[in-house]
Amino acid sequence: MMRLPSLQWAAPRTLTELTTRLAADPASTKLLAGGTDLIPNLKRRHQHARQLLWIGKISELQGIQPEASGEVSLGASTTLTAITRSDHLRRHYPGLVRAVASISSPVLRNMGTIGGNLCLDTRCTYYNQSEEWRRSIDYCLKEAGDTCWVAPGSPRCWAISASDSAPLLAAIGAKVSLHSVAGEREIDVEKLFVDDGIQYLAKRPDEVLTRIRLPAVSHSRSTYWKLRRRHSIDFPVLGVGAMVASDGGGRITAARVFLGAVASAPLSVDTSALLGQLPTEELVHTVAERARDLATPLDNTDFTLQWRRRMVHSYVDGALRELCGLPAKVVAPREGRFAIEV
Amino acid sequence: MSEKPTPKGAMIGTSFRRVDAVAKVTGRTRFADDLNLPRQVHMKLVRSPHPYARIRSIDLAAAKALPGVVGFLTGKDVPEPFGILPVSQDEHALCQDVVRFVGDPVVAVAALTEDQAEEAARLVKVDYEPLETVGSIEEGLLPTSAPLHGHADEGNIHKKITMQFGDVEAGLREADLVLEDVMFYEGNTHLPMEQHASLAVPEGDGRIGIWSSTQTPHYLHRALTKVLGLPASRIRVVAQPNGGGFGGKSDPFHHEICAAKMALNLRRPVKICLTREEVFFCHRGRHPTLMHLRTGFKKDGTITAQHLKTMLDGGGYGSYGVASTYYTGALQCVTYDVPRYRFDGARIFTNKPPCGPKRGHGTPQPRFALEVQLDKAAVALGIDPAELRLKQVQPAGAITANWLKVGSIGLKECIDRVVAGSAWKERRGRLPFGHGLGIACGAYLCGAGLPIYWNHLPHSGVQIKLDRSGGVAVFCGETEIGQGSDSILAACVAEILGIALEDIRLCVADTDLTPVDLGSYSSRVTLMMGNAAIQAAERARDLIAKAVAEEMKLPTTRLVFADRRVFDAENPGVGKSFAEAVQVAEARFGTLGTTGSYTPPRSPGKYRGAGVGPSPAYSYSAAVIEVKVDPETGIVEVPTVWIAHDIGRSLNPTLVVGQVEGSVYMGLGEALMEESAFRRLPKSRSRALVHKFPSMLEYKSPTFVDMPKVVTYLVEDPDPNGPFGAKEVGQGPLLPIMPALCNAIYDAVGVRVDQVPVQPHMILKALEDKRRGGVGRFGPKSFPKLDYGTPLMVPTPKEGGDGRAVNAEEIGIKGGTMTDRPAARTSP
Repeated sequence: MMRLPSLQWAAPRTLTELTTRLAADPASTKLLAGGTDLIPNLKRRHQHARQLLWIGKISELQGIQPEASGEVSLGASTTLTAITRSDHLRRHYPGLVRAVASISSPVLRNMGTIGGNLCLDTRCTYYNQSEEWRRSIDYCLKEAGDTCWVAPGSPRCWAISASDSAPLLAAIGAKVSLHSVAGEREIDVEKLFVDDGIQYLAKRPDEVLTRIRLPAVSHSRSTYWKLRRRHSIDFPVLGVGAMVASDGGGRITAARVFLGAVASAPLSVDTSALLGQLPTEELVHTVAERARDLATPLDNTDFTLQWRRRMVHSYVDGALRELCGLPAKVVAPREGRFAIEV
Repeated sequence: MSEKPTPKGAMIGTSFRRVDAVAKVTGRTRFADDLNLPRQVHMKLVRSPHPYARIRSIDLAAAKALPGVVGFLTGKDVPEPFGILPVSQDEHALCQDVVRFVGDPVVAVAALTEDQAEEAARLVKVDYEPLETVGSIEEGLLPTSAPLHGHADEGNIHKKITMQFGDVEAGLREADLVLEDVMFYEGNTHLPMEQHASLAVPEGDGRIGIWSSTQTPHYLHRALTKVLGLPASRIRVVAQPNGGGFGGKSDPFHHEICAAKMALNLRRPVKICLTREEVFFCHRGRHPTLMHLRTGFKKDGTITAQHLKTMLDGGGYGSYGVASTYYTGALQCVTYDVPRYRFDGARIFTNKPPCGPKRGHGTPQPRFALEVQLDKAAVALGIDPAELRLKQVQPAGAITANWLKVGSIGLKECIDRVVAGSAWKERRGRLPFGHGLGIACGAYLCGAGLPIYWNHLPHSGVQIKLDRSGGVAVFCGETEIGQGSDSILAACVAEILGIALEDIRLCVADTDLTPVDLGSYSSRVTLMMGNAAIQAAERARDLIAKAVAEEMKLPTTRLVFADRRVFDAENPGVGKSFAEAVQVAEARFGTLGTTGSYTPPRSPGKYRGAGVGPSPAYSYSAAVIEVKVDPETGIVEVPTVWIAHDIGRSLNPTLVVGQVEGSVYMGLGEALMEESAFRRLPKSRSRALVHKFPSMLEYKSPTFVDMPKVVTYLVEDPDPNGPFGAKEVGQGPLLPIMPALCNAIYDAVGVRVDQVPVQPHMILKALEDKRRGGVGRFGPKSFPKLDYGTPLMVPTPKEGGDGRAVNAEEIGIKGGTMTDRPAARTSP
């Protein structure tokens, strides 16, 4: 079997202990939560660490806490399963629960955490391979090589953001807290990501993502449409996180759409056409066209490029139709049959 | 043979619990990787990162310096070639001077721990001189491509076959409709849950044993004998229960031979368990196959003649490839009456992991082409596709144009069952746009009629030892790969002797202790082992009956073996327990033991190539698949599959249904997503040619939630050659799935995808094609030009042929064929 390299391992008890240990050697330390991303990456030797710090013991990173303001504070080490089972989240954030329920498989959701899914390493079929396989292509820009094989003329890495929760959390306007020995800062989820396959997070290596703050929901609805080959296990080849809010008369007061898995970061779609309008099929279509023009799928995941690009249109169109109460056009299921009903 | 009536179905025909069920579900089954021994060391193979290269030098110095490293092997330690087929002995346990695909093994390293072995493997430095690669069938056909091997028929064309049965062109001229199609079937792999593992153990006196996950311990035994240069009697091969095989563990493998050699060198046990990626490199999976199919039909849909051309992408070595190539043409005539038939086949060497036998071995590809083309013919002629098939099903006992003898055939009933179950007549062609039904059929062997190497020996042997305890020990070389062969072996013996499964102890798949069974491939085990077991058990029963009858002063014909007793049929209260009966026999005859064996009947075909295709019996299947196709996205959903399988007789219906459902699962994977895809990097920058995604995450195979509802019908029409009338079920039910799916897509949205796996973009492209006034098709456009040569001409049975070719000498084919062998002497 594939083996882990030899590592040091520690389980800090407090956030202070964690940030202090991390600050001592941020470059060669990795935070271990559920391990469903990190452990295979270490085994394949495309992520490296001398030390793993397990964050499962730290109370500051735990719990689903509804606040008096109507907001919800989610600990970063909340498991994905706990999110799908939370009555409060199922009632108030069905889009989030749908996105989380679509991640991988039940067994991996039992281990995987929401913080881990946000910080998920970017993925690429030239990169998520064993050391021996990567040697056979002389490695790639993201790890140990000097060419991005997805776009060999390009100076950057095009590995894709494959988080299902990120586009949805960005769409609903969630924020994340980042802690380090230097203090704490809170940023919008969309600001957590950088469109670069290598430096894909704005989080510094000495920072810990501790909590996620979900905004209060009043007149908004959210949904997540995921495209993938199978109804379970697969990472998205396209994720559409969408939120629409409207006033009493049905006019749209806010609309946010983020695309996952078509770039190295979730991409924000221009939804201005919808604002202040009563929703129509034409307006939704306009936004879907903008989304398609924005996305540049590359040959580094499942399915063909042209088809995935076309699906950006179909899926944005479908997600917005759902939120605007317009008749459905796409009949294909948008998530696993066994995903939690919400 | 005894004249007593066989007790009817105490065990046979019931869903008795598998003998290994409890061990499997409680984790007590010991797979090869579960075996560990004191002083064992761990081995890793250093594999080539190049698709095609000459080895300039190997530098072990850095690896040798690591703590814990105890041994190395390189090509010079294992210079003797091997290969599963005698005609393609083109593999080496470690590459000699050339590597032929990414993953070809070059060095073996052993160390005290697996971590140390892995680290040492990383430090082995091999200097390569890269060579120009052959990446596809088309590249392999180029006259400029440098041959990968010296034994190919021509350049990189490993094997060329051409044969004709009757005047095909005349048949096509008589047709009212001639359809010509080019189709493609992508390669895919077995994906067993268990990764291959082996433990080699030196047993003193220069003997060596290997416990391995292999489907074919006997063939591994032969390969080890050849490469190690030891007498067969000094080598012991034990096949542990396999965690799935599907054909992927039926070649002898490098890691097995290296482990044995390393263990002999180090005089300590050597263990290796492959990574998932290495399993993809071992491969031997489905050959990517291009097909050209031309068939003539009368107005009523009957076939007048067929000409099939196939071209297979073989990968870097021979493996079973010659047989695979023959199999792409062998079974085209056993379902429907194809009166005149021509087959041209070729296999091409490419710089990829070798292809070989996967469930259905060589037959799913041409079956796909045939069944899709029949659907097109039905549409063109305005005939119900089910009716078109029904009217030309081969009759029982027929001899096909290519000289295969059909035994029992329950295909008509299979078609009737799925047609009724799916409400085909009411729904086909009448469902809303996007919703459709498709039908297809298939047939498969119940064991290859000939062994892999030429011999006159039985294909399966069973030994039974009885003793005064009443317990019965059964010895057989058969290999449990999850299909339930251990349970069938025990049940056949228990049935005849009238005892319970708990009374039976099995000793299987051990070349030291068990009589040879050729292995778990070609769906041969139930039929061949079953017949051998019945023979051995009947001989045991007859011995006991003789002794008991003498003592009870009854004719043997009045004795019944049932309920663990031997008793008087006319006075059931009078009798003995089975143990007492054995004691009577042991007192009468001395220590008790019997044997049974099975050799398949001879096939009527006598031409060269007639050895591939004959079988003691053929199983038949029919399936109807329901699809929902989203015309906006091209995404296909499969809500329900109805499948009927002609099993002859179910020895255990639960196991049979399990195999049917497993075939549906695997078939849908091949139809909708699985592909052994390769990536070549831009040639200006790299020579890489790699498997695109050798992992269980990115090689897409359906999950539980992707499985549709499966409705299975078992059609029972006992075959005279089957044990208790049973036929195979391990492979046949896979065959109708892929074509039925494509036919259903046509019914749903009116377009054809003439290749698998069907991807959503293909459906959208075909729909676009149709909107623009085209035929509405996605698929390969042309078939490469290749001169297959002058066909071997074999008159058909209807033409009064005798099974021989009429022009063998003319076209330079010398000598006899395996089917010409003298009949094996009947056992004493």
